[in-house]
Amino acid sequence: MRAPSALILGTVLTYLSIIVALPLAALVWRSGGRGAAGFWSSVSSPEALSALELTLVVSLVVALVNAVSGTIIAWVLVRDDFRGRSVVNALIDLPFALPTIVAGLTLLALYGPRSPVGINVAYTRAAIVLAILFVTLPFVVRTVQPVLLELDRELEQAAASLGATRWQTFTRVVFPNLLPGILSGVALAFARAVGEFGSVVLITGNLPFKTEVSSVYIFGQLESGNTSGAAAASVVLLGISFGVLLLIGAVRRWTTRHDA
Amino acid sequence: MRRASPTLLLLTFALFLLLPTACGGSASGSGAKLSLVAYSTPREAYGKIVPAFEKTADGKGIGFDESYGASGEQARSVLAGLGADIVAFSLEPDMTKLVDAKLVDKSWNQNAYHGMVTDSVVVFVVRPGNPKHIRTWDDLLKPGVDVITPNPFTSGGARWNVMASYGAWLKEGSTPAQAVTKLEQLFKNVSVQNKSAREALQTFTSGKGDVMLAYENEAYFAKQSKQPIDYVTPKTTILIENPVAATSDSANPKAAKAFLDFLYTPAAQRIYAENGYRPVVKSVAAEFAKTFPNDATTFTIDSLGGWAKVMTQFFDPEKGTMADIERSVGGSTG
Amino acid sequence: MTRKLALRTFALGYLAAILVGPLVLVFYRAFEHGFGEAWSAVTTPPALHAFELTLLITAIAVPANTIFGVLCALAVVRHPFRGKGLLNAVVDLPMALSPVVVGLSLFLLYGRTGWFGSWFLARGIQILFALPSMILATVFVSLPFVVREVVPVLREIGTDQEQAAATLGASRLQTFFRITLPALRWAIAYGVVLTTARSLGEYGAVSVVSGRVAGKTATATLFVEDRYQSFDIVGAYAASVVLALMAVSVLLAMNLLRRKEDAL
Repeated sequence: MRAPSALILGTVLTYLSIIVALPLAALVWRSGGRGAAGFWSSVSSPEALSALELTLVVSLVVALVNAVSGTIIAWVLVRDDFRGRSVVNALIDLPFALPTIVAGLTLLALYGPRSPVGINVAYTRAAIVLAILFVTLPFVVRTVQPVLLELDRELEQAAASLGATRWQTFTRVVFPNLLPGILSGVALAFARAVGEFGSVVLITGNLPFKTEVSSVYIFGQLESGNTSGAAAASVVLLGISFGVLLLIGAVRRWTTRHDA
Repeated sequence: MRRASPTLLLLTFALFLLLPTACGGSASGSGAKLSLVAYSTPREAYGKIVPAFEKTADGKGIGFDESYGASGEQARSVLAGLGADIVAFSLEPDMTKLVDAKLVDKSWNQNAYHGMVTDSVVVFVVRPGNPKHIRTWDDLLKPGVDVITPNPFTSGGARWNVMASYGAWLKEGSTPAQAVTKLEQLFKNVSVQNKSAREALQTFTSGKGDVMLAYENEAYFAKQSKQPIDYVTPKTTILIENPVAATSDSANPKAAKAFLDFLYTPAAQRIYAENGYRPVVKSVAAEFAKTFPNDATTFTIDSLGGWAKVMTQFFDPEKGTMADIERSVGGSTG
Repeated sequence: MTRKLALRTFALGYLAAILVGPLVLVFYRAFEHGFGEAWSAVTTPPALHAFELTLLITAIAVPANTIFGVLCALAVVRHPFRGKGLLNAVVDLPMALSPVVVGLSLFLLYGRTGWFGSWFLARGIQILFALPSMILATVFVSLPFVVREVVPVLREIGTDQEQAAATLGASRLQTFFRITLPALRWAIAYGVVLTTARSLGEYGAVSVVSGRVAGKTATATLFVEDRYQSFDIVGAYAASVVLALMAVSVLLAMNLLRRKEDAL
């Protein structure tokens, strides 16, 4: 019984190494190009820290908004029925298929200086959130949908027949089952938000210390010839994302352990 | 019981996708192939120059691969192994990177034109009719004037802008310290710092800002593309010089040299001029005197110490003047 | 029932503001000057080549990541091992890298002065600025999706059926193909849809490693950027519409198959 597991694991690890681990290793290596002192000074410069703070705050906001809206949208798409539902369902994935620059451009056109609906948030921090909300829209929706589809309605019906209110049924029966899916989606949305570049870079002002996110800061370091500094800042960003992903994974395993 | 197995789905999908894979590469002529790696804005110009070259005796049968992108990124790509026979950048430091990596010979700028194949100047791009009457560098400092310029740490164009303003103030009588103060004031008026010059243009044309600092040829191109803009050449401005060179590891050095020489012929220089670049060959420049009025006083980067000095003094990401300015303008993370 | 209406209103309203608005604008700008102009913009040789290239890369990245995704989900859910949490986090990590950094790390590996660069270049194998690196970059950024879709469902369906099959004498391979895989098919399909969409829309990392050689390494997304920067608005948006339609068609195909199966 061991051999297949080993084969599966071996394949998975090899693939991951080639595709992900090796490039990241090269990155970490390069970040040490100026030594520990150089690493530290690169990542603790005021501009780097300011960009990092903005990035993390925005990513957190995006993750939370997606957790709520993504779940509701998934719920409506699975449990509700209305004309055009399948069309709406088809549209959910489009933020992925559209190049990030198109996302930035259209959001700029819609909610910028020449907005047809009179909303102008371009070049503000709100614009960053908006751009990333667009880009991360599919995540929570698509991780919750399959779980909702698989969910046995009998459980809810049983709870109802035992006298539970709809809210109780939701919080005690449905939500715990959805939580792992939600957390998966949130983790992905957060990770993507942290690294987002293409759409953000157009709609924000990229003003250092004000509306400059880490990915743009890193790009600047690269352009200024400070490759080690760019790598260092990337490694820090990666480390934070990694930590958050590990944390969410642990929380998810904890909640799943409370299942049957 | 029919089950649409996902494997079947995948297979049909893959087959469907693989149908139009005849990615025919252009197998042109029996001659050599030259790879041109250039910055983004002269694309239209080279689009006409290359065919013109191919019509000449030297250029017969030579095929071209062309690549256009932001100057800094292109330089990095060549450093990382992007094959190039001829490289054209928007500013000299990008060429110097290749020289340092021994990909371009040290003697690249020993010709009559110091290796520069086109010129341009920094101009003010404004709304049609220039409603805010922005004509001088000091006008940019007025309160309520919304200035767009790319980030000097990510954009070569922005560096030209910064040095144009600084140099102009120096030439108009300010001391270096005063000029730096003015530079700081300027950046207080900057509301958006796009990562590249082209993106700054897009920001401006999307309705943001009162004035944008740009290359003249960018403004020219925008106007030709019927974008709703106008541009003003300030009285004093910097002369932008764009370097071009053949690489030292080219597989076709003779063809590369032939192309390089062609770029300085009147035919090629005229094409540059028609696309908004100031020709370096004087006779052609005279032909286009109306397009490029010469009433502005221009100075070069050499009068400010040359790029090597300027890059360290102004654009060092930690100690440069611009780094200080960005910090003081940004202030607390509000 | 007003709760249902409230949820529906919220969902649709959110989607309208964040998603539908931009999409309508994309379509509007594409067809603003008529269908003919949009059509000719996306059928020029550079456009067609760009779409072919994108499809080729997608056709390689999607199956690769799908197979990996299923295997990885199996490893994580069915064969727990030490460091499972770590593996999970690593799988999601590609999303957190900005495309500039993805490009940088590939440069560091396969560039002229990179770890493996000289080895490949000496053998005349072009990784960077050619198809291989573009595939690597696309596979990198679209890695997590199938895994993330399959893992919760794999957990949800449990091992009962598989164990039953085992007691009935099925081999592991038989169990996998006849019991497990079919149970996962819609999760896999969703994952495939997402991976496809992501591969189609990948721009940042691919733009860095492609070398932007006109007519050779320009994908559809790079083509969009190129058109936009040349002020060819119709061309840019028309190409975006094509990308969007490609992504939607995959989902619609899946929905169609699902509906057919549900009807049986």
